[in-house]
Amino acid sequence: MLNDQDRIFNNIYGLRPTTLDGAKALGDWDSTKALVLKGRDWIIAECKAASLRGRGGAGFPTALKWTFMPKVPDGRPHFLVINADEGEPGTCKDREILRNEPHKLIEGALLTAVALGANASYCYVRGEFYREAEALQRAVDEAYDAKLIGKDACGSGYAFDFYVHRGAGAYICGEETALIESLEGKKGMPRLKPPFPANAGVFGCPTTVNNVETVSVVPAILKRGPAWFAGLGRPNNTGTKLFCISGHVNRPCTVEDSMSVPLKELIERHAGGVRGGWDNLLAIIPGGSSVPMIPKSVCETVLMDFDSLVQAKSGLGTGAVMVMDKSTDLVKAIARLSKFYMHESCGQCTPCREGTGWLYRMMKRMVTGDARVEEIDLLEEVSRQIEGHTICAHGDASAWPIQGLIRHFRPEMERRIAERRSRTLAA
Amino acid sequence: MPKLTIDGQSVEVPAGFTVIQACEVAGIEIPRFCYHERLSIAGNCRMCLVAMERSPKPIASCAQPVADGMVIHTNTEMVRKARRGVMEFLLLNHPLDCPICDQGGECDLQDQAMAYGYHGSRYQEPKRAVKEQDFGPLISTAMTRCIHCTRCIRFATEVAGVQELGATGRGEDMEVGTYVQKALSSELSGNMIDLCPVGALTNRPYAFEARSWELAKIESIDVMDAIGSNIRVDVRGPEVLRVLPRVNEDVNEEWISDKTRFACDGLMRQRLDRPYVRRNGKLQAATWDEAFAAIAERLKGVPGSRIAALAGDLACAESMYAVKELMAALGSTHLDCRQDGAPLDAENRAGYLFNTTIAGVEKADVCLLIGTDPRREAPILNARLRKRYLMGGFDIGLVGAATDLTYDYRPLGSGQGALDKILSGDDPFAKKLAGAKHPMLIVGMGALARPDGAAVLAQVGLLAERYHMVGRTDGWNGFNVLHTAASRVGGLTLGFVPGRGGKDTNGILEAASAGALDAVYLLGADEIDMGRLGHTFVIYQGHHGDAGAHRADVILPGAAYTEKSGTYVNTEGLVQRTTMAVFAPGEAREDWAIVRALSAALGRTLPFDDLATLRQRMVAAYPRLETLDHITPSTWRKVGVDGQTSDQPFVSPVENFYMTDPISRASPTMAACVDTFGAGTAKTGTHG
Repeated sequence: MLNDQDRIFNNIYGLRPTTLDGAKALGDWDSTKALVLKGRDWIIAECKAASLRGRGGAGFPTALKWTFMPKVPDGRPHFLVINADEGEPGTCKDREILRNEPHKLIEGALLTAVALGANASYCYVRGEFYREAEALQRAVDEAYDAKLIGKDACGSGYAFDFYVHRGAGAYICGEETALIESLEGKKGMPRLKPPFPANAGVFGCPTTVNNVETVSVVPAILKRGPAWFAGLGRPNNTGTKLFCISGHVNRPCTVEDSMSVPLKELIERHAGGVRGGWDNLLAIIPGGSSVPMIPKSVCETVLMDFDSLVQAKSGLGTGAVMVMDKSTDLVKAIARLSKFYMHESCGQCTPCREGTGWLYRMMKRMVTGDARVEEIDLLEEVSRQIEGHTICAHGDASAWPIQGLIRHFRPEMERRIAERRSRTLAA
Repeated sequence: MPKLTIDGQSVEVPAGFTVIQACEVAGIEIPRFCYHERLSIAGNCRMCLVAMERSPKPIASCAQPVADGMVIHTNTEMVRKARRGVMEFLLLNHPLDCPICDQGGECDLQDQAMAYGYHGSRYQEPKRAVKEQDFGPLISTAMTRCIHCTRCIRFATEVAGVQELGATGRGEDMEVGTYVQKALSSELSGNMIDLCPVGALTNRPYAFEARSWELAKIESIDVMDAIGSNIRVDVRGPEVLRVLPRVNEDVNEEWISDKTRFACDGLMRQRLDRPYVRRNGKLQAATWDEAFAAIAERLKGVPGSRIAALAGDLACAESMYAVKELMAALGSTHLDCRQDGAPLDAENRAGYLFNTTIAGVEKADVCLLIGTDPRREAPILNARLRKRYLMGGFDIGLVGAATDLTYDYRPLGSGQGALDKILSGDDPFAKKLAGAKHPMLIVGMGALARPDGAAVLAQVGLLAERYHMVGRTDGWNGFNVLHTAASRVGGLTLGFVPGRGGKDTNGILEAASAGALDAVYLLGADEIDMGRLGHTFVIYQGHHGDAGAHRADVILPGAAYTEKSGTYVNTEGLVQRTTMAVFAPGEAREDWAIVRALSAALGRTLPFDDLATLRQRMVAAYPRLETLDHITPSTWRKVGVDGQTSDQPFVSPVENFYMTDPISRASPTMAACVDTFGAGTAKTGTHG
């Protein structure tokens, strides 16, 4: 359980003013100048000591990612790109930050930019986040007016510009290189790596793409010290995390808690428990739609952090907990996710373009049991044929939910097939 | 150079190579669809996946740069499985209509499915169908077959330089198309047919004509422009069914223009397949003997000074040599191979060649185009200019009519005035020329084939000297003449120009209309004003019933470029030879043989009885024609004749790219292109 004083996002529900004054009252933009003046290496070292891992889904060590940027500029400008294309189904944490804590993001962007040697940052906001983009733009304007950012950010002499860029609502634009393409005005299709964005990112310049939440926690780490941050959660899974709890719970919510909080505790304490009691639980997708689901037996003990969930053959992802009670048609649920991944595939590379449609069509038949038992193996095999063979992680994301379903609920799929078969024979 | 291990074999390759190239060096074949060495890397087909040690996932070998110490496996179970998987995915929505697909037999998808795929499909769902696209009269589409490799898109964007092709929709719904449903306006569009690894884009005029394995494939040379693109002529029986490019890095890389590719159906139409003799004002079919007798009759007692010969744009060196010898035997010095009247001096070789060479363009840093429209006059050269432009640091200026050349250039003016400004250094572009390391200029027939051409040429030569394009010690020669006719450089090389006291094209025509000539021998010369031939007796030797044949008094049916072995010299001075792919139709014969037979009928038998002897004599007299596939560099000498120039703007001679010679004018495909791309005249009320 997170103590109130350890909370980073203390206005995540927007209960207090979200204006600059309101934000300042809650500690934002406090001593930012001093932090900027401490310089690039210090900021990276602090975040490294805090073991901050990216909050966007992959959980890559943030400070390490920053060090991939060229140490000595080669004449090209460096850029920070903030990924606010929060499209992962079930996830709604960045939205709250944009709405209610935009100044944390802007302050974090300034400090991250210093760590990258960047003088500009682009925040790519998901197209559907219309009001959120407005809220962010308002905060950016306030920050410019107050000279917190601009030619002389916070009076530190560091020039920093913050641009809000709105996307057009493609899920794939949340993939960092597709986001960069889209930002450049092209069709949002992931790029081949290498070159990695740190070498050639947006407009061909060294770029780091960070998630909104990652950037927003940077000021807190620098102000309160890495030891405090690392003290929350478990080693290598430190700090606090915004969890979005949705589905069959009594009170769906977005809530901040420390990393490594037990899943059961998270749901019971913040979301009012599973609808109909814990025993009514069937399965949970713990990290946004792309990670495999875990059955109730695993949910009992699993901790909400990167390593623990990987051990449970799932992932923390974005921290979007989707709870499904026993009324859920799991096969149908996964078929719906499959449809989503088919629809959002960019179509660039073969396995994903062709495979996601195949998966969905098979899943659709699995829902009614209109299939043969061997096709469950085929489904699994096709998902493996996609996974790891694509340009970006969309292929993996389309494969994992189905793999999770087969891993834990194969008997249910077989039951449906058998049931339909006996019905057909009877008829 | 990085050293890597591929399947246990150690290979050293230049830095910047990708793994797929390294595999090729090691002699290991990697299947691929999207990868093409002349296009940018897309990495989207995923067929070229290989295993790299220390990488948990297979990597796309086409996109992975080599690194020292890399260990690659191309034949592990993981790789085989990945290939089978990708192949299966590609075939999911592919219609598998190979029996009715023109690509069948030469299809990458077919071949690779055999080599790397599963034996059957496990897909049981409905397949996707995609609406056809309108790519114009040259390319027929079956977009359901498309595997989205995007080669065509990349070709159009990168090589052809037309931003008209792209992919719309995403995921399964992604479709390759022209956005606005209009035909592709590129002179190089046919190359997409070759690039397409499946049957999505196929040769429209060739549709359902033949199977690739039924065709005899003959390597030859193109004559539709002065580039001399290397081609493969595919024939079945007496008919040329299609023309494909051959790789020649120094000339056409592996592209050919649409005219080169598609005008071949003109070879079966409007053909002169028997001799004709004009009797009572009407052309009547005749035998060879009758035709020769008619000529001998008319030429009896006519002095050589009243006979002239003109060589056309498609004539091979052998036939021009034979006609030149015949004219010499008849005592005539009135002969010219410059139908358009361009005042190029046959004695000054550097003054009429594309000295920089086509491949040399890539070394240039500034280029001045004078009175030329390379996109229409020589699309292959234009592709090379664009390639150089895309490398960056290439300033291009144009003196002449502004047009879309597929790259940015500075319009400097329309005619002589602009040249003066550059010469005097007043134009900002002059500074670019002065500061360049390898400056070049290309002067086209638009500036030369006009009454003041010699004076313009002199100015251009002066300009080349002023900006150190010529006369350099480092071997660089930036003076280039872009010819529009395949025969021209060959004709100039063997001196098919007026001899002592002889008349040139204009002189011949003037004399003919004034009645000062008794006979004119047209060796495929169709581009002159026939009205100016007056009442002269016209012998026309050629293969198509074009302008010359209509005016002729005797027609001697000859062979087209696919029907004879002929030597052609391209605009660079590169000597190349065509191969006989089919026989000339009907009574038509090879051109040298016709001239030889005529010489006997005239009682002035030429001293060669076969092509080999003719060639021996020809190269003995003109050694430059001896070495095939070779360019001999020439030394610079002053060009042109100083004189008064006019202010008339330079206008490219190629007004209509699709119809420039008798073959393309006879081609229904080219006619359809003219219709589609609006290059021709307006439609009349009697059109369809």
